[in-house]
This record gives sequence, C-alpha cells and structure tokens, in this order.
Amino acid sequence: MDGVAGQRNAAVKVVISRVSGGGIVEYLGLGRVGLRHLALPLLLAPALAGCEGALSALDPAGPAAQSIAGVWWVMLTGSLVILAAMMGLVLWPFFKRHRPVEVPEKLWLWVGALGFPLIVLAALLAWGLPSGQSMLADRDGQVYTVEAQAAQWEWTFGYPDTEEVTQGVLHIPAGEPVDIAITSADVIHGFWVPRLAGKIDAIPGTTNTLRIFAPEPGIYEGMCAEFCGLEHATMRFSVVAHPQDEYENVLTAELNAEARP
Amino acid sequence: MTPTTPVGLHRALDAIWRAPRGIAALSAVNHSVVGRRFIITAFIYFAIGGVLAMLIRAQLARPENPFLGADAYNQIFTMHGTVMMFLFAIPLIEGVALYLLPKILGARDLAYPRLSAFGYWCYLFGGTIILVAMVMGVAPDSGWFMYTPLASSTYTPGINADVWLLGITFVEISAVCAAVEIVVTVLKVRTAGMALSRMPLMAWYLLVTAAMMLIAFPPLILGSVLLEMERAFNWPFFDPERGGAPLLWQHLFWLFGHPEVYIIFLPAAGAVSTLIPVFARTRIVGYAWIVAAIIALAFLSFGLWVHHMFATGIPHLSLAFFSAASMLVAVPTAVQVFAWIATLMRGRPQMSLPMLYLMGFFSVFILGGLTGVMLALVPFNWQAHDTHFVVAHLHYVLIGGFVFPMLAATYYWLPLMTGRLPVFSVSKAAFWLIFLGFHGTFLIMHFTGLMGMPRRIFTYESGLGWDLPNLISSIGGFVMAAGFALFVIDIVLQTRFGRRFRRNPWGGTGLDWAMPTPAPSYNFASLPLVTGRDPLEDNVRLGADIAAGKGYLAGAPRGEMETLCVDMATGEPEHVLLLPKNDYTPFWMAAGLAVFFTAFLLSAYWVAPLGLVIATAFGWRWLWSLGAKSDPALIDAGQGLRLPVHFAVPSVPTLLGLKYFLAANAAFYGSLLFGFLFLWTTAAGWPPQFLNASPVLIAGIAISLAAAAIFATLARRSNSREANGARMIWLAGSLAASLAGLGLLMGLAIMDAPPPDTHAYAAITMAIIGYVILHTLLGVMFAAYTLARCRAGFVSSLRSTDMRGTAIWQLYTAITGIGGLALIILAPGGLA
Ligand code: HEM
Ligand SMILES: [Cu+2]
Ligand SMILES: [Cu+2]
Repeated sequence: MDGVAGQRNAAVKVVISRVSGGGIVEYLGLGRVGLRHLALPLLLAPALAGCEGALSALDPAGPAAQSIAGVWWVMLTGSLVILAAMMGLVLWPFFKRHRPVEVPEKLWLWVGALGFPLIVLAALLAWGLPSGQSMLADRDGQVYTVEAQAAQWEWTFGYPDTEEVTQGVLHIPAGEPVDIAITSADVIHGFWVPRLAGKIDAIPGTTNTLRIFAPEPGIYEGMCAEFCGLEHATMRFSVVAHPQDEYENVLTAELNAEARP
Repeated sequence: MTPTTPVGLHRALDAIWRAPRGIAALSAVNHSVVGRRFIITAFIYFAIGGVLAMLIRAQLARPENPFLGADAYNQIFTMHGTVMMFLFAIPLIEGVALYLLPKILGARDLAYPRLSAFGYWCYLFGGTIILVAMVMGVAPDSGWFMYTPLASSTYTPGINADVWLLGITFVEISAVCAAVEIVVTVLKVRTAGMALSRMPLMAWYLLVTAAMMLIAFPPLILGSVLLEMERAFNWPFFDPERGGAPLLWQHLFWLFGHPEVYIIFLPAAGAVSTLIPVFARTRIVGYAWIVAAIIALAFLSFGLWVHHMFATGIPHLSLAFFSAASMLVAVPTAVQVFAWIATLMRGRPQMSLPMLYLMGFFSVFILGGLTGVMLALVPFNWQAHDTHFVVAHLHYVLIGGFVFPMLAATYYWLPLMTGRLPVFSVSKAAFWLIFLGFHGTFLIMHFTGLMGMPRRIFTYESGLGWDLPNLISSIGGFVMAAGFALFVIDIVLQTRFGRRFRRNPWGGTGLDWAMPTPAPSYNFASLPLVTGRDPLEDNVRLGADIAAGKGYLAGAPRGEMETLCVDMATGEPEHVLLLPKNDYTPFWMAAGLAVFFTAFLLSAYWVAPLGLVIATAFGWRWLWSLGAKSDPALIDAGQGLRLPVHFAVPSVPTLLGLKYFLAANAAFYGSLLFGFLFLWTTAAGWPPQFLNASPVLIAGIAISLAAAAIFATLARRSNSREANGARMIWLAGSLAASLAGLGLLMGLAIMDAPPPDTHAYAAITMAIIGYVILHTLLGVMFAAYTLARCRAGFVSSLRSTDMRGTAIWQLYTAITGIGGLALIILAPGGLA
C-alpha cells in the first residue's frame, strides 16, 4: 500500500500545475488568459441559484467542471449579445423609419461576414480549449488509477493491487487527481460525473482514460451517458470521495463488505 | 396544322403532358406529379414524426411517468429521429427540388423523369416497411444513429435493427437517384441563355446540395450494408472480439451524418435567398459571395464529422483540429446571413406571410448556430454531449434552419401549385403558435441538459431540478403541435377557398412566375431566351410572350415531349431532349426491389434474389427503351435554331448521369477501402490469418479486367469510325474478358479467401472482392446489352450512348477492381 500513497503525493503536484493550465495552452504557446477569472464571479452569482442539482454540470465541484461551467456562462452571454445584435439588424429594415440603404457590399461582407466570426471564433478557441486540460490523463506523471468497467446495465470498479471490486459505487481519495481507465464489456456506454468533469465513452475493446479531481470529500453522482439499451435510463453510479487519510481503510472495508454475500 | 394562339398551344401541349388518372397514375413520371407526391408524402411523415414527438413529450412531462415503458420509449424516439431525418427532411428536399427545378430553370421536365419516379417508389416502399414494423411493435430501437455493438445481433437480436438498415437503405436509393437527377438537370436542362452566372440562386443551392448527397449518402449505405452483413451472415466488421471496431460504424455514420445537416439546411437557405429579395423588393446582395460560400460549406462539411465523436477518446490533437474546423463552418453561414441582412437593408421589406416565417427562421436558426459553435468547443462538448442540450441544439438547427424556411417556401410556392392565395389570419395564428411553442419547448431544454439530463432516457427521478423544465418543454411541445395542426388546416383552406389571382402574386422575378397559375402540366408553352438573372424584371411581358409561343420549341408540333439542353457554362442551346412518356417500368423496378428488401428482412434469403431478378429485368427494359433505330433529323427549335436530338450527340445527359452515379459509387467504394485501412490501423490483432492469394490468380484477374476495359474502348472507337464489324469483335472480346475475370474472382473468393465470419479482416477482404465481382458481373451484362443493341440497330456512330456507357463502366470496373486488389495484396500477408 506504500506505493499507492507515494504515487499519490507525486501526482498532487502534477495536477496542481495541470489544473492551472498547461498542456495544449503551453503547447500552443498561448499562455493563460485572465478573462475567465474576471468574468466568472460576475456572471455566476445570479445564475447559479437555480442550477443546483446532484447531476448538474452547472453546479461544479471539481476544477474541470468548474472551468467548463465558467466557459459556458461566458459563451451564453456572448451568444445573447450576438443574437440581439443580429436580430436588431434583421428587424430594423421593417421599421417605418428605415430608409433603403445601399450597404457597401465588399466592406460589409469582408468585415462582417468574414472578419467578425473569424476573430470571435479564434478568440473562443484560444481561450476555451484549455479549459478541459485537467480532464486529460497525463502522459508522464503517474496518478492513482482505478478501473471502471461498464456492462449492461451496471458499473464495476476495480482498484490497484486487489482483485476485489465495487459495484455502482466508486471510492476515490479527495484532494488528489485520479485517473479512471474506462472500458466496456458489451456495448458502448458513457462515464459521466457532471459535477466533476466531462464525459468519455466506455467502448468494448478499448480503454479510455479520464482524470477526475474532487477537492472535497463527498458523494458525486454519475450516470451512463451513451444510450445502451433497455435500462440505460437507470444506469447510474456514485463517486464517493473520502478524506485522504481515511481512504485506504475505507476502501479495504468497502471491498470486504462487497466481497461478502 | 400547328396552333399559334396561346389557347391552341395550351391545348396541344396539355394533350400530351397531362397527368394520367386512375390506375394509370402509377405510370406518371412528370416532375410536377412526382415532386408533389414526394412533398405530400414527406408532410405525412412529418405528421407521424410529430405524433411520436408528442408521445415523447407526454412521457417526459412528469418524473417517473408510468405512461410508456423503456421498450416503447426506445422505439418511439428512434422512430421519431429516423422518420424526421430520413422520411421527412430529405424527401421533402427532394420533392421541392424535383418540383421546382424545371420551373426555375425554364425547362419542361427533369433530365430523367423516370428516375425520379423510380426514386419516389423506393421512398414510398422503404418508408412503408419501416412504418409497418412500427405498427407491429418491432420498430428500430437503437437510436437514429444505430451505434454498434448495441445494434449488432448480440444485443439487438430481433428484427428491429434490420428494419432500419434495410428500410433506410431502400429509401436512400431514392436520395442517390434524386441527387444524380438534380445535378444533371441543373447542369444541362436549362433554357436558352441561362449561363451558370445567371442561374437563380436556388438552382445553385440545389446543385451543391445534390453534389453533397452524391458523396455523403454512400458511406451510410455502405455502413448499413456492412452492419446488415454482420447481422445476417455473422461477418464481424464491428465486433471487437473478432478484429472489428465499433468506432468504424461511427465514422461511416457521421461521414454521412454531418454533411446531412447541411444537405437539409442548404435548400432551405436557398428558399431564404429566393424569398428575401422578392419581399424586400430588391435584388440579392452578394450573389457571387453566396455561391462561393455554399461551395465552401459543402467542402468544409466533409471535414467535421469527428465533432460527433469528441467523447470517444480520440487523440487530443485531432480533437483540437476538428474543434477549429467545426467552428470554421460558421463563416460561410455568416456570409449568407450578412448578405441577407444587406439585402433587407437595401430594400423596403414587408412583413408578408412568408416573411413572417423567415423572421422565425432568423431568430431560431441564429441561436442554433451559436449553440453549435459552443458544442464545437471540445471541453464544453464533453459536458453537453448526449444531453438534452444537444437535443435542444439540433432542433434549433433543424426546425430553425429547415422547417421554418420550408413553411415560408410553402406559402410562397403553394399559389403556383394551386392558383390561390392564403387566408391570412389563420396563417398568422399558426405562425405564432409554432414560434412560441417552439421556444417554449426547446429554449429551456438547453438548461435541462446542462442540469445533467441525458438524452434518450424514458424516465427520471424527482429532485434533480429537471421536473419543471421538462413540464415547460412538454407544454411548449403541445402548443407547437397545435400550431402545426393549424398550419395544415390553413393549407387545406387555402387550397379549397383561397383567393384566386392572375400571374405572379408576390412580384417574383424568376421564370417560375412566368407561367400561368396553377402551373400547367408542361410548364412553358415555349422556352424563353434569358438575358439576365431576373428574367421577369428584364421583360415584364415575358409570361405572355412565352404563352404566345414566342420562344423555342413552341407547342408540340412533332407530338413529342421536348425541352432544351444547354452548354453547362454558357447556356447556349446544344440539343433537344426528348422526354419519355408515362411508363410503369419505374414502379415495377421498385416493386422488384421491395420484394428483395422484404424477403431479406424476413430472412427468406432464397426469395430475395428473385426480387433482384425482377428489378434487373425491368432495368434492362428501361435501358432498351432509350434511343432509336435510325439517326434522327435536326429539329427546328424555332427562332431560326436547328438542334440535334439528345441521343445523337456525345454530350447526352444519360452519360453525364452515369458519371455522377459512378462518383457516388466511388464514394461508396472509397468508404469500404477506408474501412479496410481503419480496421488495419486501429483494431487489435490484425491480421490473424492471411489471404494468401496466388499471384497467378491475382495477375489473371487484373489482366482480364484491364482487357475488358481496353476492348470496350476499342469497340467505342471502331463504332465512331463506323467499322461495324470490328466493333462487334471488340465488344465480344470485352464480354469474354469480363466473363474470364468473373470466373477468376469467384475462384479467389472461394479458394483463397478465408471464411468471412472468422475475422473482420476476412470479412472486409471478402466485401472488397464481392464489390469487384458485382461490378464485373454488371460489366458482363453491359457488354451483352450493347452487343444486342448493336444487332438490333440502336447503335451508330451518331447514336453512341450504349458504346460510351459500356466503355465507361468497364474502365471504372478495371480501376476500382485493380485498385482494391492491390490494396489487399500490398497489405502484409496478402500474397502467397
Ligand atoms: C414537432 C416538434 C418536435 C418535438 C416536440 C421534438 C422533440 C424531441 C425530443 C424531446 C427528442 C429527444 C428524445 C430523447 O432523447 O429522449 C427528440 C429527438 C430527436 N428529434 Fe425531435 N422533435 C420535434 C421535431 C423534430 C424535427 C422537425 C426533426 C428533424 C427534422 C427532429 C429530429 C430529431 C432527432 C434526429 C432526434 C434524435 C433522436 C435520437 O436520439 O435517436 N425532431 N425530438
Ligand atoms: Cu450504459
Ligand atoms: Cu456535425
């Protein structure tokens, strides 16, 4: 069990650098953009009230879900502004006061139809793409890794150094990154814990890895996100994050409990 | 004596063009009739899809609703998606295109009226198979994109998935037929003077759409064929335990599925581009920009399919690439939107009824586009994917970008069909119900999705924050349904009691409004000379001139159904296309296919080939009816113009159509080879066993196929030199070479190839060999057919269509056959 703890300590450092933006951003030489941190508190306050829910991606509890929710609120605001502006342009000619105007075609189309979307989209990409960084499994740093196997219609979770498994409940340590190696025994399913991170498919014959990070101990609800047949609607699971110092004991106890009939 | 008064011309033309009644209606091939059938059938499917949507909304209105069970719900949402996409949207586009094209291009019919009639029957029969299955409770239930392995026989053992695969493939035959029809018609069958640069924008839109259909549908058809082979004969293309890859299906499906979205959107955008200038009383701004934008859109749309697979664990760098590419499509769309806005600004637009629906289009579609950009952002996609956020997005795009413009188009063009104008107040109420109901249903659904509600669940528990939003969506859904019901009532009222009018009620400037209303069976009493983009503006009396016979091919002095074919680029008249009379052949050919598909569905594998034999026999008869046994004289087209008949010129539309069909066929084959490479590079444990073909056998096949192509070309050359003895010898040589190739290929399949049910490698290798066998077999038939045609006197140096067609076919077979075999043997282990 010593190895697990050691792994964990090293990985915490890795993830901290990861969460604060690394990977593709640095890779593309973009650095960090501050807007996300400015916009968040302003936008979140009023909107969050109605967004709480055990499965709500808008009620984030981990860094990945957090930064994506932030991206969403900014995109929502931007979209509403663009929609209003466009509808204003569309409707204006119908007003009585409108006089036919010859819009300078070249300028209008170069600037409006090409320049404007290109700039907005490039900015969105540069700023938004890195927000999912912390969900990417690291290529070099070793992180505590659990296995999730989907099958019609339940989830089975496996842990390092043991044959025992848990069903329907995944136990992880809080406050450190955990890689989840996800696969399926039959059809394609999807692993999704909305309050922690985005989803990834569980595909037979393949293993996909998702990194999640629960800063606080607690129960985070998850579900199968890819349609998988009759009982897809009820193919749920929970992720239980335990305080780090209790984790190993709890896990052992849980595995023993599960093993008993 | 030939009549010269408008009434006389009308009588003479109507006598030969009039639609047949009674049982003979089954033989109708005219584009107005077939187009109308497509449109009406599509709207009936829309109603069916709508009822299914109401069942969905009723079920989701409350948490833990006992109304529907999981099985019923799965069938219902799968059928809703399937019906809406394949039996409503695509056929409606086809119908609109088939109905409108000749009217806006100044022609009397399409390039191949019988082909579109055949397409209609395929659509009707295929759709009926799917509907019957639904009524019997065995409808498809794996979702409209049928992901494997869920849709494979292990997990969906019943007939449900087969219904989808076979029914949809049957329907897609009609899409490919319509695509060939549309491309050739736009390129060749226009009136005099209509250069490409003078074509109405709608024709550009339909041309690009049809070109996209030619490339986009084949991957889906291929995927369906492979999956059906897996289900029926246990060929494991998608089974990870035997070397297959579930993701191969997803690639093939979305290679079709993404362009599909634009295939649905573009014709609707064409209607927008047509209507906006009319109701703004001005000309469109940025004609060339729009044309460039839609062509760019077509290309881009084939590079985006992976954005439907962001959550499948694809390498991250390619995710970033597809993310950026997906956002890029917003640009050509923005070009169109900005051009429309500039057009509105420059004119004095009025909020007439079609315009009202266009306002609905703008508001809904722009929002759908914006959420599309959001979904293209990979990290956000990982949260929103497969939730009701996506359901909301796709309905904003489909209803905004397709249904609203189509409703506007209905109000705009219905008077052309019926000769009557709308009863305004009802129509307006319908609009507001649809509009408000729509936003009521789907706006809140974005939030439902982000609150964590996945799509395709039949029940949910209370307390997740989903209850109220779902109730709102359901209420909105029923309001919208009431709106659509009112729309139908309004259309019926308008058709019955609408206000009659004389020509051109909206002040349109295209040729479609240069005909009397309701549109006569022959469209134009004479074909006008076009000198600009807005013929009716250039000559206000154009309609009267056309009716009075002051154009080309006035009346029907020869008792033939005639229209002009022009040079693709310049619109210079090139020849006269003689159109076929009403004919039962398309009906029977489709019926033969219906036997095939139904038998296959019921696993009556020994009956199925019988259907193919029937279809082939009627296909042969169809081809046999083309052309003539003597060289035709030039036709006096009027206005001092004398033109040859279509089958006596090298640029005959038949050959052009063959080439476009082969382009679609090549896309099919290309997808198959892509599948081979995909499995090779991604699936585990490849290859477990080897083909071990003997080099002699492979060389023999290659030589036979090449010889068949070369001999067919030599036969064509001899024919144009009028060396009639030599042409028979070369043709017979081509026939013999094809036969030899066929025999050797069968040898390869039976002796060398490993059993296809053992491993995906064996299966896909056999699929490639099977493709080559099928084409070689058809090559045998083509060569035999042309030999018979020569003997019967149908072929001369002028009437060379059969010769050319055979040469093209044999060349295609040689290239694809040798290319495919090369791929197989170059892959490790291919050759003994
Ligand atoms: C008439 C109003 C409509 C309503 C109320 C409606 C409602 C819905 C709902 C609630 C779903 C999600 C079902 C689920 O995932 O559990 C859905 C799915 C879908 N709808 Fe609609 N819809 C309507 C019209 C349309 C139209 C016009 C189209 C296409 C032209 C369309 C295409 C689809 C597709 C492709 C799906 C996905 C099916 C699947 O997941 O396999 N719908 N619809
Ligand atoms: Cu599942
Ligand atoms: Cu797409």
